[in-house]
Formats: sequence, C-alpha cells, structure tokens
Amino acid sequence: MSATLTHGGLETASQAKLTWLRFRRHKLAMFGLVVMVLLYTIALFAEFIAPFNPDRSNARLVFHPPQAIHFIDDSDGGWALRPYVNAFRLARDPVTLEPRFVPDASRRIYLHWFVRGDGYDMWTFIPGNLHLFGPENPRDMVFLLGADRQGRDVLSRIIHGARASLSIGLVGVTVSLMLGITFGGLSGYYGGRIDWFVQRVIEFIISLPTIPIWLALAAALPKDWPPMAIYFTITVIISLIGWTELARVVRGRFLQLRSDSFVTSAWLDGCSQKRIIFRHMLPSLTSHIIASVTLAIPMMILAETSLSFLGLGLQPPAISWGALLKEAQNVQSIASAPWLLLPGAAVAITVLALNFLGDGLRDAADPHAH
Amino acid sequence: MPTEPILDVRNLRTWFPVGRETVKAVDDVSFTLAPGRTLCIVGESGSGKSITARSILQIVGTPGRIVGGEILYRPDPSAQAVDIAKLPPRGARMRALRGRDIAMIFQEPMTSLSPIHKIGWQIAEGLVAHGLADRRAARARAVELLRQVEIPSPEIAVDRFPFEFSGGMRQRAMIAMALACHPKVLIADEPTTALDVTTQAEILRLIKKLQDEAGLAVLFITHDMGVVAQIADDVLVMYHGAVVEHAPVQTLFARPEHPYTVKLLDAAKKLGMAAPPARPSVPAGAPVLEVRDLTMTYPAQASLFRPPKPPTHAVRGVSFDLYEGENLGIVGESGSGKTTIGSCLIRILQPTGGSVRYRMRDGATRDLVQLDRDGLRPVHREIRMVFQDPFASLNPRMTVEQCIGEPLLVNGLLSGKALSQRVRELLVRVGLPADCGSRYPHAFSGGQRQRIVIARALALDPRLIIADEATSALDVTLRGQILDLLLELQPKLGLSFIFISHDLGVIRYFCNRIAVMHRGEIVEIGAADDICARPQMPYTQRLLAAVPEADPAHRSLVAEAAP
Amino acid sequence: MRRLAGMIPFIFLVSITVFALIKLPPGDFVQNYAAALAAAGETVDDAMMASMRQRYGLDQPIWIQYWDWISGVVVGDFGYSFQWQQPVVNLIGERMGLTFVLSASTLLFTWAVALPIGVYSAVRRYSIGDYIFTFIGFVGLAVPGFLMGLVLMYVGVSVFHADVGGLFSPPFVDAPWSWARVVDLAKHLWIPMVILGTGGAASLIRIMRANLLDQLHQPYVDTARAKGLSEFTLLVRYPIRIALNPFVSTIGWVLPNLVSGSVIISIVLNLPTAGPVLLQALLGQDQYLAGAFLLLMCTLTVIGTLVSDILLALLDPRIRFQ
Repeated sequence: MSATLTHGGLETASQAKLTWLRFRRHKLAMFGLVVMVLLYTIALFAEFIAPFNPDRSNARLVFHPPQAIHFIDDSDGGWALRPYVNAFRLARDPVTLEPRFVPDASRRIYLHWFVRGDGYDMWTFIPGNLHLFGPENPRDMVFLLGADRQGRDVLSRIIHGARASLSIGLVGVTVSLMLGITFGGLSGYYGGRIDWFVQRVIEFIISLPTIPIWLALAAALPKDWPPMAIYFTITVIISLIGWTELARVVRGRFLQLRSDSFVTSAWLDGCSQKRIIFRHMLPSLTSHIIASVTLAIPMMILAETSLSFLGLGLQPPAISWGALLKEAQNVQSIASAPWLLLPGAAVAITVLALNFLGDGLRDAADPHAH
Repeated sequence: MPTEPILDVRNLRTWFPVGRETVKAVDDVSFTLAPGRTLCIVGESGSGKSITARSILQIVGTPGRIVGGEILYRPDPSAQAVDIAKLPPRGARMRALRGRDIAMIFQEPMTSLSPIHKIGWQIAEGLVAHGLADRRAARARAVELLRQVEIPSPEIAVDRFPFEFSGGMRQRAMIAMALACHPKVLIADEPTTALDVTTQAEILRLIKKLQDEAGLAVLFITHDMGVVAQIADDVLVMYHGAVVEHAPVQTLFARPEHPYTVKLLDAAKKLGMAAPPARPSVPAGAPVLEVRDLTMTYPAQASLFRPPKPPTHAVRGVSFDLYEGENLGIVGESGSGKTTIGSCLIRILQPTGGSVRYRMRDGATRDLVQLDRDGLRPVHREIRMVFQDPFASLNPRMTVEQCIGEPLLVNGLLSGKALSQRVRELLVRVGLPADCGSRYPHAFSGGQRQRIVIARALALDPRLIIADEATSALDVTLRGQILDLLLELQPKLGLSFIFISHDLGVIRYFCNRIAVMHRGEIVEIGAADDICARPQMPYTQRLLAAVPEADPAHRSLVAEAAP
Repeated sequence: MRRLAGMIPFIFLVSITVFALIKLPPGDFVQNYAAALAAAGETVDDAMMASMRQRYGLDQPIWIQYWDWISGVVVGDFGYSFQWQQPVVNLIGERMGLTFVLSASTLLFTWAVALPIGVYSAVRRYSIGDYIFTFIGFVGLAVPGFLMGLVLMYVGVSVFHADVGGLFSPPFVDAPWSWARVVDLAKHLWIPMVILGTGGAASLIRIMRANLLDQLHQPYVDTARAKGLSEFTLLVRYPIRIALNPFVSTIGWVLPNLVSGSVIISIVLNLPTAGPVLLQALLGQDQYLAGAFLLLMCTLTVIGTLVSDILLALLDPRIRFQ
C-alpha cells in the first residue's frame, strides 16, 4: 500500500453533496435560490398573501396612487409601532380642474397581520377569507402599489399574476425538457442518421426568428377558447422553440459520456442498456440538466410576458404579468400611472434571480468548465 | 569543463496562496547553470519542477508569485549580473530577457502553438518584437531556422498552420521558435513527454546538436530517469517543492544518497531494459484465444460536397495466439492500432474482418467477431478490461462498493450481505483497506483508483484481462507497484493478460511474449527476451534503440551527435 | 458556394413552414372581413363571400395557393394585401428596409459595446469594474426589451416632455428620402437601437468574457509571453484574436434575436418597421402580407448565419482547411 487514504468528511460525500457544497459558496446563486423559493411560495398561496381580491374594482379609485407605509404611529401623543397608511381623497387641481388624489393626513388606515377580508376559494376548492395582512376594516382599500384604470389593487394583481407567469415557466420547461431529453438523448445515444436528422431540425428551428413565429402561432389561437386551453397552448407554443437548446445540451453530454470509459466499463460489466442509461448516464447529466432548465425558465417567462403584452397570450380576465403590462401599453397611461409598469419589475427580479441561480448551478455542476 | 555559471539561482521560493493556505510550490531551490551544460530537474507530478522553470522567466500562472531568493543572470563573465527575481514580471526589462536571452520550450506541442497563426510568423514574431529584424528578414530567418531543426521543405512549411503538422514536427517548430533570437539559456519543460519514443529520441538528439553548436546552457525538466541518464550533466531531484538531491549525473546514478532518489532510480531500473524481468516463465499451455486476420477499417467518409476521405485501416490482418496463463504484450506507438485491437477483441468495436476464436472455461469455442449482444454477455464475464485513465473509468456517482459490486449484481451472482463480503475480499486482495467501500472514487489517488478498477475486473473471476495502457497515467514509482500486484495475483487466480502499452520497459517487465505493432500490422512477434535482445525487423530495432536507458554510462540515444 | 447552394432548400423549407403557419388559423380573411362588416351593421351574403374568395384565390386547395404564392415570390411578386388593397411589395419595401437598418445597426452597436467590455471583464477579472459590468449585464438580460422601451417612453414623457417613439420627426414621416431625412432617422434610431441591443450586448459580454478567460490560460499564451511580447500585444494578438471566433459565430443567433426583438419594440415604440404591420396582418389573416414579412425575416436571419459562417472561415484557418 503506497499512500494513505485522505481523511475528513468528504470521502464519503456523494457527487450531489459535493455539488451542493460548491453551489453554497456561490453567494449570488444562493440569493437567487432564496428569492425564487419566496416567489414561488407567493404564487402558490396568492389568495392568502394578496391583501385583496384582484378583481375587486372601484370606479371612484381609478389610478389611485401608491400609499407609503408608516411604521411609527404618533396619533395618540406618544408613539407606537403600528403600521398605517394615510388615506387619499379626491381633489381638483386648482388650475386645470383635473381630478387628483391628495393624501389626507387626518385619516389613517391601520394595517394588521392575518385579517379577514375578501373571500376566495384557494386553488378553487378551499374557501377562506383570511389574508396575510390588510386594512383593519375590510371595507377600506389600501393601494401599496397603486390602482389600475378600474381601481383594482396592483399589488394583489401582481401577486395573482405570479401564478400564471411563474407556472408557465415551469410547465413550459417541463414540456421542453421532455422534448429535449427525448430528441437530444436519441441523437446523442444512437448517433448516425438519427443524429444528423435531429441536428438539422434543431438548426432549422434555431435560425427562425422566434417572436414572429410565436406571433403567427399565437395569432392562430381562436379568441373564444377557455383561458385554460389558451394557457396550455401558449405554453406548448413557447416550448416548441425552447426545447432545442436543451436538446443540444443533452446531446452534447450524451456524446461525451458515451465515450467515457466508465460507461464502456458498465457495458462490459454486463449492464443492460436501460441500466446504462438510467444508472450511469442520466445521473451524470442531472446537474447539467437542472442548470440548463433553470436558465430556460426565464426565457419562457419572458416569452409569455411578451406575447400577453401584445394581446396574443393570456386574455383578461386571466391575470399574468404580461397581461398586466398590457395596461401600460400607451404613453398616456404610463404618464398618468407609472406604477402600472411594476409588473415589469416583478418579471425582471424573477428573471434575474433565475439567471443567478442557473449560473451557480452550472458552475457547481461543472467545476472544471473554467 | 567547469565555466562561470550564466544562471545562478539561490534559495528560490515561489508560492501560491490558495484561499487561506499557501502552497509552497517551489521552496528554497538553488542551482547554477553554465554555458554548454545540461541541468536536468527531475521529479514526479507536483514536485514543483515546472514552476521552478517558469519562475526563471517569471511566467508563473496566477496566483503564484516569487516570494524570495535570487535568480542571477550573467550573460558573460565580465557583465554585471541581473537579478531576475527582482524585476517586475510585466516590465520592459523582463520582457527584453524573455526569448532573447532565455528561451523556453513547452510540453504540449499541440496547444503551445497558436492554432490560427502560421508557423513562420510565430517563429518570426520574437525577432520582430525584440527589434532584431524587420518582417522580411525575420521570415527569411524563420525559413533558415526551420531548416536547422530539420523540417523538410522549410520554404513551404513556413506558411503552414500548426494543425497541419505532426506532434514531432510541431515540437521542432517550437524549438526553432525558441532559438530564433540566439538565446544563451534554453529551458525545456518536458518537451518530449507527449511524443512517441522514436520521436523523443529525434528531438533529444536535435536539442543536443543545437546545444553543441551554440554553446547553449540547457535546463531540462523531465520525469523520466532514462532521459536524464541520456542527456544530463548535472541532476536536481525535486520532491514536494524542495531539492532532495543535487549531483553530477554519474554520481547520482552510481551513489544516490537521498532515499527518494533511490526509490526513483529503482523504479526506473526495474522497468528499464537491462533489469531482469519479473514475469514467471510459463509452460506453453493450450491457446485460449486465436486471432486470425483481424481487420478494422473505418469506412471512407463520403460527403455530398467535400472530397471524400479515404478509408482508414486501423488494423490490417492481425493474427496471433494467446496461451493459457501467458502475458502477451502489444507494443506500438500512437496510431499503430494497438488500442483498436484491444477494443476489437472485447467487441467495444465491431471488427470489419477476421475471426477471434475464444475457448470458454467450459471448453466451448466462440468466435467473438460473430457474437451478438446476448452472446457476448457470458464472454464478458471471462474477459475483462482495464482502461488507461483510472479517473474516467469509475462512475463518480457510485461508491467504491457499488463500482466493484456492479458486475456481480447485474449478472445476478451476488447481492446484499454476500455482495458486501465479496467486495471486502476483493479490496483486500488489491491491497486496499477492506472498509473503504463506502467512499467515493474522488477520495482516492490515481494508483488507488487503478487498484479499484482491477478489483472490479477481478470480481467475476475472469480468465483473461485486457489492460489498455493500464499504467501509463501513473507516476513511475506506482507503475511498478501495479504491475507487481498483477503478477502476484496471476498465479493465484489463473489469469492470462493482454497488456497494451507504448512503454517497452513496462511490457518487457510484465510480458512473456511481445507483439510489435506498426501502422496497423504486427511487424514482429516472439518471446520477450528474444525481441528485446535480438530484434529482427528494422522497425523493432529502431524502437528499441530509441528507449532511453537509465544508465549514464551507456549514452546510446544521443551518442551520434556527441563530439 | 456550397453554403449558398445549401441555402436554397433551406429557404424553400422556411417558405413552406411560413405558409403553413399563416394558414393555420381557422377561417380566412374573407370570414374576418365579413365579421367586421357584420359588426358594422352591413350584411354579407354567402354569394358575395364566395365571389371574394374566388377573386383572391382562396377557394383553391392549399397547395395550389402555396404554389401561386411561391412562384410569384421567386420573381419578386409577393401577392396582394387584402387589408390594404394594394400589392404587398408596395407595403413591405421601406418597412423591411428600416427593419434591416435597425437590426444591422443594433448588431454593430452590440459588438461595439460587448467587445471592449467583455475583454475588460476577462482581463480584470473580479475587479470592481468586472462586477459592475457583470451586474449591468445581468440586468440587461433580465429586463425584456419592450419594458425598457416603456420605461424610456415614460422617462421621455415625464422628464423631457417628448415622445421618444417613431423613427422620424413629424415633418419627415411621409417625406420622400433625402439627406435630411437620413439625418433625422439617425437621430431617432439610437433609442430603439439601445433598447434592442442591450439584451444581446449583455449576453455577448458574457460570451466574450468566458471565451477570453478560457483562452488566457492556454499554453500558447505562455509561449508568446516567453518570446518577450508585451502584455498588450500578447493579449490582442493571441487570446482576443482567437476568442473572436466563437464571438463571430454568434451572429448566427444574435441576428434572429434582433429581428425577433425588433417586432415587439417596433410595436411599443410605434416604429415604421415590419413589426406593427406584421401583427395586424397576422390578426387579420392578411395571408400574403404576413407571409411576405415572415419569409423575408427568416431569410434575413439565414443570410446572417451565412455571413457569420463566411467570416468565421476567414478568421479561422482550421475551418478553412477542414
């Protein structure tokens, strides 16, 4: 025996654990992970977390500006930690006579945790009316991020919109992944003519400008379809283009693995084809696939946002970030209610977080790439 | 002929801060180098020999830094010495020395030349950069240099790209590049490691010739004691960043003082051509494997638009027998088809012609070329393979126990407790602790991994093991250990081996018979002693003559160039 | 030449795909038109619809419609726009031209920004500048172009009290081409160019940085350094030169992206390029107009790929000699 074995905790650490250890050192990626977990949780419990029903409108509160939260309450002489917002009242501009909202310092609307408010059916089957936070009096409205042209709460709408926008990313990526693994795997495992054909198809799709094609496909959807059908068709349309990148990653790794001697060894050991693919090749691919998938989700989210923004994706009353941004399509509405652009910030934060996360995962999966 | 040293390195320390720790890659190294002399720095991987060489030109990669010591360069005895270690690495004075006074040749001729610039320009560039010639004169000098390094038709070669050259030609171009500005010191960092042994001999001869012509001081970095014995005047042995021994070559080989030097020399001599072979003599048993006219031809690549590529004949009509209990060595240089033969025998590749008749344990004879997937399964239990790279041949996601147990498990032979027990036995058998099965391959060194691979090969009680360059990725001291392990197991387990290698020393140590491959054919096959002592064919003779012998008293390799 | 020959079947395939796409929606233009008239209170009987279909050739089987269309396209006749009641060629000429100008100038802008920043980020890796550029790059990737357009419009309106949309000042919108109009175009072009280019530039910076980092530690860099070249010469002559190759090959996918992106940006900023008209044509099933735009856009990207391949072959002898 020549050398002594290394000691420490790492020698029995699996690859997954090593990858995780590498990933944890990547601070931005950890940050991205936290943000994404938060966002998906919000999307999942949208009914509970949003302070109001996203469709609750009030013609008198059209384009109500955002209200700032004050944490220190000094109304009864001393001061206490009681968050509140100042109510606004409608006044006329003395010069132009235009109606304007002005803060009314005399009236304070106090905010509470876990208030009873608008009723909802969580996930369509759990009735409830509890909200994470909201005004003391359920009849009051509080617009932390302002109101839209029907006097609906933009914050609640963004929170509900997260559900469609974020899930389209996941569903789309799942479809892409299935297509990508199937075609990329076929291409990489068998090589030869199948590979040639799949490669040409992928090249063809990649060289098409995506948005015009999406437009054409989305324009083909009948407007009278139910929202769910539109939702799924849009998802499929987006994934039809998105799978190519994943297929390329899978193919490349498969080709590389196929010539790795541990795969050859597995075959010589008598492993069946199934075992070679599922026990030896796919596990080596998972971290790469997870990384690529994470980087593909933001593309999907952006695509949905763009399509809905143009009015070709989800249609009202369905709520998604893109559909919300459609409200901000013309200069007049942006100029009078710039907070209508805020769903865009939600998109940007999500995409940014997913990119950080994906980059970190990729570095962790492939420490020798750099 | 001791002359004034041109380079005087004193207490050199180059350290790499990595996180909170510091890797002392070079720690307190001192030596001198005189014109016309060759100093070899020898050591295994990670000994700091390359970093020492790079420190002299201050091209240590980040985050490495010279933290102490002096590198005194004195171009001629009357001149004032320059302390290179004190010069800023990016400054003009350091640059003026690089290439012009001190030139360097690197290991990988493939990647050390820019792939997209013409050879001639890469040679001429240094001349232009140092203001020694204008472009036209530099080009003329490039042609002259290419001629000097014996590249055929240099006028044409000057406009070629590196990827159009073979490895040996690239290394010649690299030498031409280093010599462009008439440097006084030449640093060669493992310049022949990536080359075949016959090419290595040519390059060593060339360096020696050029050294004699120009009175160059040569600093030669290598891990190969044979090369050291052939070319060195003085030797510096490094281990873990420090000098363990520094002596003239004759003294070092005759009376090594440090135990590590002794170990290195023993390992080199053990696998050298003069040592007594370890393999037992075997009585000729019945043939287990009869290979007849084995042929592997890669088809011509027809393409709609491009001129078709001609078919490649990797193996052409190879025939040999393997007898029971015997070790057959297949030796050849890169591209000789030796690895293809191994892959064809075990049917990783489907040969395009010939037959491989294998007599199974139960006496039945199968033609491996004709078997289909299912038919191969029982054969693969009896014939196992060990690959070159121990890092790539173990699945990094499986524990050692899973790796070794895999063949037993998938063949339905053992499972559960019995499987664990068997794996423990196998681990002990290959000299690893029985309780290391729960670890992952990344916890093991290269030599240990190769033992794990051997344990996996042994799991199914095989009769024949095909080892493809199984020791080539290991340091020389480990090579001998792995070979001894195989030789020790052989009689106990009744094994036969086909051992494929480019290294004649390894083959000679391990094998009873040797087949010499050249361009897809066996040029000579016979008993190991006969082949090594009395080679019949010119190619075999050339191959044997090119093996550097680890004995400075017999300098056959560069003898013809020596004065 | 080989590549050129390969393009023809490719564009043929594209044309089939495009035609299939525009025929995909249920119903046709006549139906939409009738529905629009009906909404306006007029009644359209079946006989009128049939005669309209016959006039436009919409009663023919789909492959004959395709054949009529594509054989016209080959000789430069892109068919007739039903919505606009004039030949498609009249409608697309200037709009495709401006789309091309916008895409091409954005591509140049993208390179002009990405190349130096990418090099800087790689050479001064982990410096403050690198972190700042990396962060800006990430934000550039994360903010969709149309959102950036909206924000710029908001800033334009609220801070400068100016409409940043369009490509021409009002007097020039319908004016014939003149030098003054070109100058006016150049004045307006930079806003959509920046908006459109930011995303692409961000990803190109990352590509350039990664490529260069890869190349910086290649052995041939050490070889060149050992020859005594200065760090700057070294950098420009070897790693940057070689890292350019994959960079150039990105035209192939950057251009499709730009053409794609320009559609949405044009709609948001109300640019007189192909985007808004394409959207209308698609929604109104104005099949020949939509088809012409789609086909030309796809061809544009194919040409982009071709150009990048040729450039790559010029830059990299390894590809030339293959």
